[in-house]
Amino acid sequence: MAHFFFDTVIGHVILIVLEALAVLVPLLIAVAYLTLMERKVMAAMQLRRGPNVNGIFGLLQAFADAIKMITKETIIPSGANRFLFLFAPFLTFSLAMVAWAVVPTGNGLAVANINVGILYLLAISSLGVYGILIAGWASNSKYAFLGGLRSAAQMVSYEVSIGLVIVSVLLAVGSLNLNDIILAQRHIWFCVPMFPMFIVFFISALAETNRAPFDLPEGESELVAGFFVEYSSLSFGLFFLGEYANMILMSGMVSILFLGGWLPPLGIAPFTWIPGPLWLIAKIIFCLFVFIWTRATFPRYRYDQLMRLGWKVFLPVSLLWMIATAGFLLATGLLPQGVS
Amino acid sequence: MIQLVFYVFATVLVASAAMVISARNPVHSVLFLILGFFNAAGLFLVAGAEFLAMILVIVYVGAVAVLFLFVVMMLDIDFTKMREGLQRYAPFGAAVGCVLFAELVMAGLHWVTSPAVPAPITGGLGEPGGPMTNTAALGTLIYTHYILLFQLCGLILLVAMIGAITLTLREKPTGRRQRIDRQHGRMREDTLEMLDLPLGNGTTANGGFLRPPGSYYDTAVPGSYGIPSSDSGEGEAK
Repeated sequence: MAHFFFDTVIGHVILIVLEALAVLVPLLIAVAYLTLMERKVMAAMQLRRGPNVNGIFGLLQAFADAIKMITKETIIPSGANRFLFLFAPFLTFSLAMVAWAVVPTGNGLAVANINVGILYLLAISSLGVYGILIAGWASNSKYAFLGGLRSAAQMVSYEVSIGLVIVSVLLAVGSLNLNDIILAQRHIWFCVPMFPMFIVFFISALAETNRAPFDLPEGESELVAGFFVEYSSLSFGLFFLGEYANMILMSGMVSILFLGGWLPPLGIAPFTWIPGPLWLIAKIIFCLFVFIWTRATFPRYRYDQLMRLGWKVFLPVSLLWMIATAGFLLATGLLPQGVS
Repeated sequence: MIQLVFYVFATVLVASAAMVISARNPVHSVLFLILGFFNAAGLFLVAGAEFLAMILVIVYVGAVAVLFLFVVMMLDIDFTKMREGLQRYAPFGAAVGCVLFAELVMAGLHWVTSPAVPAPITGGLGEPGGPMTNTAALGTLIYTHYILLFQLCGLILLVAMIGAITLTLREKPTGRRQRIDRQHGRMREDTLEMLDLPLGNGTTANGGFLRPPGSYYDTAVPGSYGIPSSDSGEGEAK
């Protein structure tokens, strides 16, 4: 019965919508609770209590924030480009959502298990800069514009090292499919043999999501709030959701590329009882914790230091590592052949 | 169904390409260009070339167009001046366009392939070894059969890059560049001197400096903030 229904065109469309909802609804809830987690974790690190009034342990705080944000007034600056001004937050938000289509949460369990999954993720994450750049330009404000420019330069720079790190991983996998990348880590997670690249990728992910210590596009102390200084209400909320969804996405990428995705740490009994999606969620939460930990620990980078780190440290290191990986795999005959 | 998708992508692609050259605001032009890139990527997807589609988005949309937008956003353009230019240069532009179009038509009409030319290397797409993904086929083609041409393309790009850097890089006489090794190599003795002074005496009374004389010139970057460059040596505090 169910099979008959889902084989028709309308049924197929409904099935895809249901699959998308099955990913997006938990994602949005996760974003809501990530904001709470960030406040709680940072409070604990700074010996404070964090939100604890709304609901037990402040569990309703995220929803209170959301309601507050929605009921505020939307302000569009008079000199702004109206369409682009409203388009930018939608772009940021929707890009953060569509990337999740290819993330596998179990063996082959993705909305779209495509052959070039990792390239799709890279493409989507490299598009994130447009939301910020367009927002900065359309606001017709100096601070927003400077924030947008900073962000564009920063994200383009760190994409280079992210790309090279991904190439090193792909050399060891022999496929661009995300599921194959996870399956290639059955014996050992890539964070062990490629530990330096793991670190480079994580730091680049911080820069790519404009998180502390690389949150120069926001730069409260010098740019007020950077690219979203003119935004209010729901349009600001979409930027906010997009930023946090991007954090979760980048944590997901770190988990898939280096921490074995949905694989348990060891393929033996007590670990294999826990289903794959839970392992993936646990790894993502761990990465998010490190994101927050970094924010609570490090002061913001200066802009020239940021560029120096990206171009003069990460780029040569990841390039060298890529060549070394290729050489090692070729010399030991471990180069994967014909997996694709 | 797939034809419908093709026509949607193709229509939007042509429309956005037309908007690139007709939009008044250059930033809108670049945004239409990006829309065009997207639709081209969509056409690649329809054709089954998913690798090319993704690379198009990553390279052109994610990097090239970002820098393009970056530059165009900072331009201060006088639109009335641009209108004047349009009047003057329109005949030249139209002439160049007509010549190019005529050449294209001529080349298209007289395109003959000699029967002696060997069959094109397909990278093993049609070989009996089994269906290859187009990523693998492209890899075999570029990195095995046409490796020399590929490397030469890379070299040309490298030369262009070096050229751009040498044209724009200027060693400023008052450079304020940070030298991290110098900062890290600075010891406490170079910068601090602990003095035990009797009450009421200035630091200079017994020849002491808060920093040992000369140390500032060793640790600071020559040429910055009015410090003479190291070769002139006139600022040595003795």
